[in-house]
Amino acid sequence: MSSNILLCGVGGQGTVLASKLIAAAAVEKNYEVMSAETIGMAQKGGSVFSFLRIGSSLYSPMFGKGSADIIIAFEPAEAVRMAEYLKDGGTVIVNTRPIMPVTASLGGFDYKAEKMLDYLEKTAAQLTRIDCKKACDALGSPRVTNTVLLGAAVQSGALPFTMAEIESVMLKAVKPQFRELNTRALHYCEYAGQ
Amino acid sequence: MHREFLMGNFAVAMGAIAAGVNVVCGYPGTPSTEVLETVAKNNDGSIYVEWSVNEKAAMELGAGAAYSGARVMVTMKQVGLNVASDPLMCLSYMGVKGGMVIMVADDPGPISSQTEQDTRRFAQFAKLACFDPSTVQEAYYMIQEAFEFSEKYHTPVLFRPTTRICHAYSSIDVKDREEYNPNTPSGFVKDTQRWVIFPRTSYLNHIETEKRNETLADVFSDYQRNMTVSCDSKGLRKGIVTHGASYGYAMEALEKLGSIPLLKISTPYPFPERKALEFMEGLDEILCIEELDYVLERELVYLCGKYGKTVKILGKQTGHIAPAGENTCDSVYMAIAEFIGADFIGVEHKENLPSEKPNLPVRPPVLCAGCPHRGSFFAVKQAMKGKKAVFCGDIGCYTLGNAMPLDMVDTCLCMGAGVNMTQGIGRIDPDTSCFAFVGDSTFFASAITGVVNAVYNGADMTLVVLDNSTTAMTGHQPHPGTGVTMMGDVVNKVSIEQILKGIGAAAVETVDPLNLKESVECVKRVSAVKGVKAIIFKSPCAAIIKSGKPAVITDKCINCKKCINTLGCPALILKEGMAAIDTSLCVGCGLCTQVCPVSAIEGGEKQ
Repeated sequence: MSSNILLCGVGGQGTVLASKLIAAAAVEKNYEVMSAETIGMAQKGGSVFSFLRIGSSLYSPMFGKGSADIIIAFEPAEAVRMAEYLKDGGTVIVNTRPIMPVTASLGGFDYKAEKMLDYLEKTAAQLTRIDCKKACDALGSPRVTNTVLLGAAVQSGALPFTMAEIESVMLKAVKPQFRELNTRALHYCEYAGQ
Repeated sequence: MHREFLMGNFAVAMGAIAAGVNVVCGYPGTPSTEVLETVAKNNDGSIYVEWSVNEKAAMELGAGAAYSGARVMVTMKQVGLNVASDPLMCLSYMGVKGGMVIMVADDPGPISSQTEQDTRRFAQFAKLACFDPSTVQEAYYMIQEAFEFSEKYHTPVLFRPTTRICHAYSSIDVKDREEYNPNTPSGFVKDTQRWVIFPRTSYLNHIETEKRNETLADVFSDYQRNMTVSCDSKGLRKGIVTHGASYGYAMEALEKLGSIPLLKISTPYPFPERKALEFMEGLDEILCIEELDYVLERELVYLCGKYGKTVKILGKQTGHIAPAGENTCDSVYMAIAEFIGADFIGVEHKENLPSEKPNLPVRPPVLCAGCPHRGSFFAVKQAMKGKKAVFCGDIGCYTLGNAMPLDMVDTCLCMGAGVNMTQGIGRIDPDTSCFAFVGDSTFFASAITGVVNAVYNGADMTLVVLDNSTTAMTGHQPHPGTGVTMMGDVVNKVSIEQILKGIGAAAVETVDPLNLKESVECVKRVSAVKGVKAIIFKSPCAAIIKSGKPAVITDKCINCKKCINTLGCPALILKEGMAAIDTSLCVGCGLCTQVCPVSAIEGGEKQ
């Protein structure tokens, strides 16, 4: 058995770091862990993902459609793009703020986050919506979307870790001057009552 | 031995260090780049590491070191091997003294490459042994074994992981320093019989090569990584032959579908014939699950003919596996389910999804906000407006200059091709202004000879060097123009301007691409000169410099959206129908302040 975790978003949002923290927490607990992510040209504003598996007798870091226990989505349209990977009864944590691609500004093609969120509502057994822009503003840094989402994922109970376990690996991974900020970000959803 | 969570490429690097590698050289290319960087990062000072100017240089330097008894690893991506194929083919005849492993990363998909070529085929062509790992842990062990085989049989060997191995992470067992296998090179010993290639030497060595590969095919039949997973298949006379990342997908599928025997091939060349024959015993049908080419499939078909076997071989050539692109957990699951006739449930869950999936935005990769290439492309576009011109692109971040609205890349073929292609186009269309765009690292890697060709043959063309002082696309590696090496030494910068002047370009000018007016004038002036001329757009990559203050759109804005529609910068967005600046992306390059017709955009100070 394994715990299958999918992180998705747009290049530059920090999905890779969040995936690294989950992996580090798994290593800390001596779980077997494998992951795979987008690297290269697609990173420049393209759709990016990280597959992460924690468990035993793993053969591949990738998993098939309908197998993810949790999707941590940094962007609502990207959550919909990867929704078919979610298993029945799976959890979705989603940042409600859309990121419009350059093609959207050019062609005037716009999309409504609400439409994406409605779709996710129908797809996921458990959906947590987080306005990360609001969270970042409240926390005083534009760069903590990943930590906020990670905290929400832990809180949902769909990751095999406690908040204290994630917090301890996070503190080791970030520079001293960002520890206090990221601790607040990790606990943001708890305190915000989301 | 201890446990670490490593990327595949880190594991290859740490494996090479454990194998006592003395020299590591290569040229950056996704998905291979992190191997050399990881060796450099973990170098205790005893390993010589360099980014060579291109793959051919790396291969030749590696050959010299291996002739001198050093253990050598040369790293590159699959298309890099094309560049290095001349020394590779000859080296195959000459052999080596120290172990030499050529690490070539393949890219099924392709995810970030021009081709879906298969290095296993190159191994067959060059008659060199090839190792093909399936997991990160296996890659760690296998690179060490590759060094042993190379040294034992005095032949360079290929080590060929794919993207999903290179860029996968896994917690694996890693050796402690005391377990390493160090090597002290003997130094070069003169021996013309051995080290000078002549027709007669090649003839004799060819005979030896065939003999060696026959031996290796037998040895590889007992190599533990060519592995059979046997099981009670309940009378079903079917089996699977697979390799690389597909092995993992197949094992995952068999866990759900029930077992049939499986053979994993880790040395596609020389093919472990005896092992495969043993596996075929008692089977009626075999499904070959491969990525890229149908290498194993062909080997099995060949064996059936050679030994008069009647086993049906299915795979890419019979339409059972997709001819192109990556395999996935789902595609392999479906192929196996169909093959064994399982009562499969299809890909689970799908039917539970609401059918009215909203339209999703496409997100093609784009030049970053503040990328100086945007200014360069826009300046050339402005200067050549209304004139007949062709723009040949090349390989690097600047290939993305093809996207709308810049639309400034008419051709892109392979590293360094643009500069020569402009000459070909110019010979047929003499009334067209021909421009070749090339990055600084690509210029050194393979465009210099193209410029020499142009000057020598009297071509009429404009070379545009996009000098951002780094190899940006692959993650900012140093190159001859940067003045630093991978060993961290500060060296003389090789001047692109001096090279071009030395070759005899009719005009060479350097300009800042973020100064639009000067850039446009420069392009007009230089491109009007007859013969071979060059513009060097010099401005550092936006990702390696400190961001400036974001630009501000003031209330003077008439919402003509010219900034959005001409530059296509990701920091210029629509907000409630109005042009706006995404302050989290804007680095303050100031280019948009120069295109606004009513000067409504202010600020954007570069640091």
